[in-house]
Amino acid sequence: MADQAQFADVAMEHLDGLYAAALRMTRNPADADDLVQETYLRAYRGFGGFREGTNLRAWLHRIQTNAYINRYRAKQRRPDETDIDDVADLYLYKRLGGPELAAAGRSAEDELLDWISEAEVKDAVEALPEHYRMAVLLADVEGFAYKEIAEILDVPIGTVMSRIHRGRKALQERLYEFGRQRGLLPEVDGVSDRVVAVDGR
Amino acid sequence: MQENDCSAALRQLYPYLDGELTEGIRHKILEHLDACPPCGKAYDFENELKKVVGNRCIETVPEGLKERIAASLDAARGASGQPQA
Repeated sequence: MADQAQFADVAMEHLDGLYAAALRMTRNPADADDLVQETYLRAYRGFGGFREGTNLRAWLHRIQTNAYINRYRAKQRRPDETDIDDVADLYLYKRLGGPELAAAGRSAEDELLDWISEAEVKDAVEALPEHYRMAVLLADVEGFAYKEIAEILDVPIGTVMSRIHRGRKALQERLYEFGRQRGLLPEVDGVSDRVVAVDGR
Repeated sequence: MQENDCSAALRQLYPYLDGELTEGIRHKILEHLDACPPCGKAYDFENELKKVVGNRCIETVPEGLKERIAASLDAARGASGQPQA
């Protein structure tokens, strides 16, 4: 049983992460502000139910996720945007040239860092359907373990893994599109899934 | 045999990068990545991309938000401390 008087002391240090997640969820700074504020208020009121010694950061993210779902998702006109196409493994890597590029002395990582802007990464994350967006966000931005993400989103771990997996690949497809539209990446039609030996199919 | 190792490594790509594998499996993957440059490069790329996504989604909390939250918590505390009307 946690003491409400201590709440602000221990909870405020998680503001940065909660705000970043809120902004990617709501895609709007004013809504993100409101969501984070609502999260802290709900958490304060429910703090008596927080078991000390368990993960406060995950607990706060769970409250925020629920607050978002209850309040903001209802406003969206497309609440049921649940599915995405299955994207091939190593989608972006192959299109950036894969091993051939690396052999030429220019790593695909260097290319990637050169052309992806902060705004494009954010756009690509925000373009993901909600289920995938949240899973990728909690894993890649907030660094939560699968088990924690499962608790935050209230889904089984297998579902978390599948959402992260598919979400990351969809993100790669989007990033590739940005690079291609800007003329920074070659048009690659029909990259064979057999070109790279590591592909599983 | 080689191809099976590569397929197995690819299947474990994300759990590996996310630090979710047991030490035994992790070690097996590491051995494969050392022995197989194509898989090693692909893993490096995916790891770099994960970091890029993480780094570029960091946000600065807007000025005043922290104070707004503190004020709303104070108000909630005040409200709960008062006798019910």
